Amino acid sequence: MKLDPKIPEGPIEKKWSSHRFNMKLVNPANRRKYSVIVIGTGLAGASAAASLAELGYKVISISYHESPRRAHSIAAQGGINAPKNYANDGDSVYRLFYDTLKGGDYRAREANVYRLAEVSGNIIDQCVAQGVPFGRDYAGYLDMRSFGGAQVSRTFYARGQTGQQLLLGAYSTLSRHIGAGTVKFFDRREMLELVVADGIARGVICRNLRTGAIESYVADAVVLATGGYGNTFYLSTMAKASNATAIWRAYKKGAFFANPCFTQIHPTCIPVSGDYQSKLTLMSESLRNDGRIWVPKKPGDLRIPSQIPEEERDYYLERLYPSFGNLVPRDVASRRAKEICDKGLGVGKTSMAVYLDFADAIKRNGKNWIEEKYGNLFDMYHEITAEDPYANPMRIYPAVHYTMGGLWVDYNLMSTIPGLFVIGEANFSDHGANRLGASALMQGLADGYFILPYTLSDYFGRTKFSSLATNHPEFVKANKRISEETEKLLAIKGKQPVNEIHKKLGKVMWDFAGMGRNEKGLKKALKLIPEIKKEFWSDAKVTGDSDNLNIELEKAGRIADFIELAELLAFDALHRKESCGGHFREEYQTPEGEALRDDKKFAYAAAWEYIGDGKNPKLNKEQLTFEYVKPAVRSYK
Amino acid sequence: MNKALDFYYSSIGKKVLMSVTGLFLIVFLTEHLIGNLLLFAGDEGKMYEAYGDFLVSNPVIRFIELFMFLGIFVHIIIGVILWFKNRKTRSVKYKLFRLKDNATLASRTTIISGLVIGIFLYIHLTTFFFPLRYSDEKSGAYELVVNAFSDFWYVIFYLAALFVIAYHLHHGFQSAFQTLGLRNKKYAPVLDIIAFFVWCLIPLGFAAIPIYFFFFHGSGATVIMWGF
Amino acid sequence: MNFTLKIWRQKNQKDEGRFETYEVKNISPDASFLEMLDILNNQLVLENCDPVAFDHDCREGICGSCGMMINGRAHGKGRKQATCDVRMRSFTDGETITVEPWRANPFPVIKDLIVDRSAFDRIMQAGGFISVRTGSAPDANSIPVCKDNAEEAMDAAACIGCGACVAACPNSSAMLFVAAKVSQLALLPQGQPERKERVQRMITQMDKEGFGNCSNNYACEAECPKGISVMHIARLNREFLTAKLT
Repeated sequence: MKLDPKIPEGPIEKKWSSHRFNMKLVNPANRRKYSVIVIGTGLAGASAAASLAELGYKVISISYHESPRRAHSIAAQGGINAPKNYANDGDSVYRLFYDTLKGGDYRAREANVYRLAEVSGNIIDQCVAQGVPFGRDYAGYLDMRSFGGAQVSRTFYARGQTGQQLLLGAYSTLSRHIGAGTVKFFDRREMLELVVADGIARGVICRNLRTGAIESYVADAVVLATGGYGNTFYLSTMAKASNATAIWRAYKKGAFFANPCFTQIHPTCIPVSGDYQSKLTLMSESLRNDGRIWVPKKPGDLRIPSQIPEEERDYYLERLYPSFGNLVPRDVASRRAKEICDKGLGVGKTSMAVYLDFADAIKRNGKNWIEEKYGNLFDMYHEITAEDPYANPMRIYPAVHYTMGGLWVDYNLMSTIPGLFVIGEANFSDHGANRLGASALMQGLADGYFILPYTLSDYFGRTKFSSLATNHPEFVKANKRISEETEKLLAIKGKQPVNEIHKKLGKVMWDFAGMGRNEKGLKKALKLIPEIKKEFWSDAKVTGDSDNLNIELEKAGRIADFIELAELLAFDALHRKESCGGHFREEYQTPEGEALRDDKKFAYAAAWEYIGDGKNPKLNKEQLTFEYVKPAVRSYK
Repeated sequence: MNKALDFYYSSIGKKVLMSVTGLFLIVFLTEHLIGNLLLFAGDEGKMYEAYGDFLVSNPVIRFIELFMFLGIFVHIIIGVILWFKNRKTRSVKYKLFRLKDNATLASRTTIISGLVIGIFLYIHLTTFFFPLRYSDEKSGAYELVVNAFSDFWYVIFYLAALFVIAYHLHHGFQSAFQTLGLRNKKYAPVLDIIAFFVWCLIPLGFAAIPIYFFFFHGSGATVIMWGF
Repeated sequence: MNFTLKIWRQKNQKDEGRFETYEVKNISPDASFLEMLDILNNQLVLENCDPVAFDHDCREGICGSCGMMINGRAHGKGRKQATCDVRMRSFTDGETITVEPWRANPFPVIKDLIVDRSAFDRIMQAGGFISVRTGSAPDANSIPVCKDNAEEAMDAAACIGCGACVAACPNSSAMLFVAAKVSQLALLPQGQPERKERVQRMITQMDKEGFGNCSNNYACEAECPKGISVMHIARLNREFLTAKLT
């Protein structure tokens, strides 16, 4: 199959507007005849469901949570980018476009990134109008911060809870529509299958997590807004329930999975403290605005940090990258931290951490100033580690945080299955090989508020739909398959709790497909993952039954999918013989240890096609062309 | 009318009625205390009696009196309704519920303190109000006070009741302002000071009366004292 | 550290439910309360028993999913903590810990420690929003907001909807939850047009769900993981009265 990204003609700044003009419209009176299922209620899902309902379409919103507000977008801390140039520091749509493309190490589609930058300003307007309490200055106007990978202040924030506030904004709008009956919300339902009838996506099969019932939902289009697959690594900053099941099942139904190896490791997380640990906690990147990262120059220096004199400290980011300093992009900061710790210079009990020190900022601006800016983050750190970050520097270490890869979509955000749209983190996105800070919120909301409502209307306008009900053979078949699969999971009756198997998978992934990857390790991973898969299907222990709320069964299904996805991830990482962004192949680096891209061979998005169990997936390439920003060595020096 | 009923049926509406009647009763208490301080005039109750006569004969006061009883009635009835309603919101009780870590004793026990005050009120009215107001017997108000507060147990009961009133007011006064939406960060500290006057000084003022009459007025009291 | 756990077990909404006692051993003091429950669940699965079901997700105190009564206190005895923020070091070794679900009639138990909090969603659906259409917003800086108001609105907006206020209230009142949203939107210029309508609709829905009346004992503020002040309840009352009377 030839991949057609459907990028509109014309100069980049005109593409989106001319495309919108060329789209088919649906008459307002006819819109109620079209229905759409939106899976997920994070920033992308909630904003899409609400905006589509507003247009007049019938919207079914589904979440595995009890409430739309629990989606993990809520945990985003730092902020959201928009080139408003309120700071008068030279920002523009073009600069945001440039920064994002460069930040993504030239592995994203130019047209998409430009459109993202173009609509991002509207997001701020929309959210302010919804009552999102962004940080403000004393004149009452919006305040901004700067974030990694940018030299302008374009990040809008609501304390350290920007994701929460934006999600609650989208949730409030969605709630308005649920209340008005224009959106039907189904809680505690997990999508387990995509139903494709007559070649187009027409519905989903869900398990009602409360009752165990397998339910069918029919519509004219399906939108997946189900987030990323970071939990493949077991330990990550993702929420415990975050999973890849929806996108994985869609992949197995024919949607291509692009760039699964592009995973982002966030540099500032609280280090692991023991094997009971269930997840990692992120400390917002915004802390790097005022915190300075360092390690002692001498390995194994056990003195308390304040007793280590200035000249015996190595502020390695400031040393290596004088112009960006502590604000280098995430991939760079993470890799450098790993490298420093691998050299034995790490600090703390496990030596797997570096210091993030606020002593200078406190001296400069006072404790109150820091408290106002980062109070909740400092409290969080204190709670978790029982150490006072005002008195001692924080200890931080990188952790899996975001996945740039995801289902392949064209310019209209439609996957390779007609009628299946993928938005937010779930798609392979606009972030290329590395996402800049404060860009995830931007992308999720851009897709949901300002892009999908147009492109989905166009799809409706162009497509003829046959009427169809849940007794359609495809639905019946899918329903049966899911019931069988559930019984199969319950019938394993092995010895290991599924969580233990997940931990094993996570360890393999972190060790061999984590921050630093190499051919030998990836091959090892590709040998170990099928063994874990076998172990899972022969030795997993799933207690309980299928017609009740069963937390073990929920986990088991998700882990089964993670295991398969892990294999694809490693496979993709092995095939991509270059280093770019979050994908760092140790064989491909510059003498200074920077990622070494191979634009001749790998300037494409690798879209993997499922061709059957036990078979290697088929590679489809979407060649990336750069007309406006010429790929260069990404330098933050 | 519908609107008024809606308001009453809303949770806040009932609370507002509690607050308004409560505050009204506090105003009455204040007035009552000031009037009663005339007992200390040292004129064997002349001014106090005159004040009493004025209250009984003035039609405006009689009219307000009606309101006061209505206020007491509404305050008690709605208080009890709310208590029953609130109890029904948690059918399965907690095995362990450490409310006392989070809320003051006064705030947790308004229904008890309220009912105790109700009983006190009944006794108080039968001791003073009804005889003065409805009985033909021309015993003077001052004499009634002197007699009542010569009884050791009555004084103890009276003081205990005032203690409970203080408790009730301790929660009730600021609570009324909270319910009426008249508290905010700026004024809360000022309100707390006023609240202190209300919950502490008003009951103390009332307490001074039985104490004074028991210990320092007439010989009967002292005899009983020595008899102990 | 070792602990004895008394945990409420209830198979489903119809089941009567009962307390079961479990022992957990060798728990790291740095483990979180939920991680301790993970360890217990692992143990239960190995013993072929049904693991304890509880809601949880982000495990960093922001999603509002987790929530249980730990030793008679909503989210445990620490202040400004969600259940996931509770660390085992805050207990004494050998302690018996009683764990119960939120108890309030509008929050029926679904299973074990999981309750149905959709009543909160319905309150939000009744009016917890500003009805702005996608795409119709003016430029963000065309609506200046006084910094103090913005900060106070943010204080209120920090609500995570966990339900601890209801759980900790002797009357199962949801006033703090409703107040947080009403107050946030009443403080902002964007919230003005719907101000009166919003508060009335939210209160009507709150009453319909069967939450109790606020008796101002402020246990909600004491247990709120985000420390949301009861001054917002005062504002809610004020908003309601103003809406009704003017």
